[in-house]
Amino acid sequence: MNTNIHELLSMKGPIIADGAMGTMLFQLGLEQGASPEMWNIDHPERIRQVHRQYIDAGSQIILTNTFGCNRKRLELHNLTDRVYDLNKAAARLARSVANGAEQLILVAGDIGPSGSVLEPYGDLPYDEAVEIFAEQAGGLLDGNIDVFWIETMSDLEELRAAVEGVRKVSSDVPVVTTMTFDTNGRTMMGVTPEQAVEAILKLDVAAFGGNCGNGPDEIEAVIGKMHAEAPDAVLIAKANAGIPTLKNGVAVYDATPADMAEYAKKVRDLGARIVGACCGSTPDHIQAIADAIKIIPT
Amino acid sequence: MADQNDFDIRDLNDDELIETLNDDLYDGLADEVAEGVNECLRRGMTPNETLTLGLVGGMQIVGEDFGAGVLFVPEVLMAAKAMKAGMAILRPLLAETGVSKVGTAVIGTVKGDIHDIGKNLVSMMWEGAGIEVIDLGINTDADAYLKAIEENNAQLLGMSALLTTTMPYMGVVIEELKKRDMRNRVNVLVGGAPLNDAFSEEIEADAYCKDAAVAVAVAKKFLSM
Repeated sequence: MNTNIHELLSMKGPIIADGAMGTMLFQLGLEQGASPEMWNIDHPERIRQVHRQYIDAGSQIILTNTFGCNRKRLELHNLTDRVYDLNKAAARLARSVANGAEQLILVAGDIGPSGSVLEPYGDLPYDEAVEIFAEQAGGLLDGNIDVFWIETMSDLEELRAAVEGVRKVSSDVPVVTTMTFDTNGRTMMGVTPEQAVEAILKLDVAAFGGNCGNGPDEIEAVIGKMHAEAPDAVLIAKANAGIPTLKNGVAVYDATPADMAEYAKKVRDLGARIVGACCGSTPDHIQAIADAIKIIPT
Repeated sequence: MADQNDFDIRDLNDDELIETLNDDLYDGLADEVAEGVNECLRRGMTPNETLTLGLVGGMQIVGEDFGAGVLFVPEVLMAAKAMKAGMAILRPLLAETGVSKVGTAVIGTVKGDIHDIGKNLVSMMWEGAGIEVIDLGINTDADAYLKAIEENNAQLLGMSALLTTTMPYMGVVIEELKKRDMRNRVNVLVGGAPLNDAFSEEIEADAYCKDAAVAVAVAKKFLSM
């Protein structure tokens, strides 16, 4: 049973997305430098567990464990021939958990940046980037996702390539995207929230916003600017749970669930419709966000 | 391409030539930088002078403006490419003339991580500052870092990570340095988007460098330049 993002958006109030995957997997025993993507096949029960915990905490959208699941990133784990399999497996895992839930859950096929810089600044040709994203999208699609979720983008050209890649394999599954504005209010590649809105409005995307970066304050500013620029757009906020420090060899983030609840109210008031969290967040953070802003249907 | 109709760098005086070279580097014009470097050499400037005044001087401005949020990564990458074009000409000459290097650094993106933009910028700018740089590329494990430090007798170790899932590996490398009694031989500099001072202190690195410009300043300090 698939869920349509528009169906979800037709419901009242904010939509709750999920929180971090990578930092959760460390807690479950993922080793430093190992491939989180391989867990889609080696430890499916652990991935399902994370999805289930987020759904129990109130998430209505869950992102597949495929952030780095593209040819370029899998290269370092010698898994380039597994792109399709790993994406499909991840999508099926998320789908199985979503189907087991009582409420409507949207399964989002997570697509992160290629990991390379596009020409002319870097060496990756645009057409090759399109192919890289299309390959990943193909696996996600066949694993039966509801929406493509392109995130943590910093380069508008790469974002365009990702949307084009997705559209090569699917003409109708909705696409959403978020960028990371972690450098003096811009993305690493110098894109302002306003420039992002202008470019993204020309693309075929159902919602957009900001994710990751330097914690809630940064995302709040991004949402405010995006809302001013495009008041009717469906905006997504997925902030990191503050700023990381290392505890016992693991990155720990400093924002408490209460901090994230405050952030959720702020971004909602600033115009965000879909609210979740990124690196360092846990089901506890999502629970606090849901408790703070979710409207319980009566 | 420079405007070839009414502009010839050979008409410039030396100061103007250096200024043009700085500007071309800032604007990321690789061909013009190569041309400028060749012109400096043709006039009898030493490779070291050309490097210091023409390239390092220009890169310093790039670094400052990057640190101040005036320039962003695309502009810096183009400047780095232009610097590379200049260095390609100068490097063999510098080796020939035996200019004394100020120190040696090993640098690399940590295991599990393929992000090398920041690392490449630091590498380039360290080289620009006269430091010999052993660049281990991406996905570097502790053994590779330690081996390179040993073999090249490096005084600096630079580690980069962009992912929250890969940054803890920096701590693993530092532990390994301690285990093998090598910790006191190198100053460890760390950088990357998710890092901060607290993280650097936690893993007992010597410095967190928030950008390439800071990485140069800190490296110079450690090498007591």
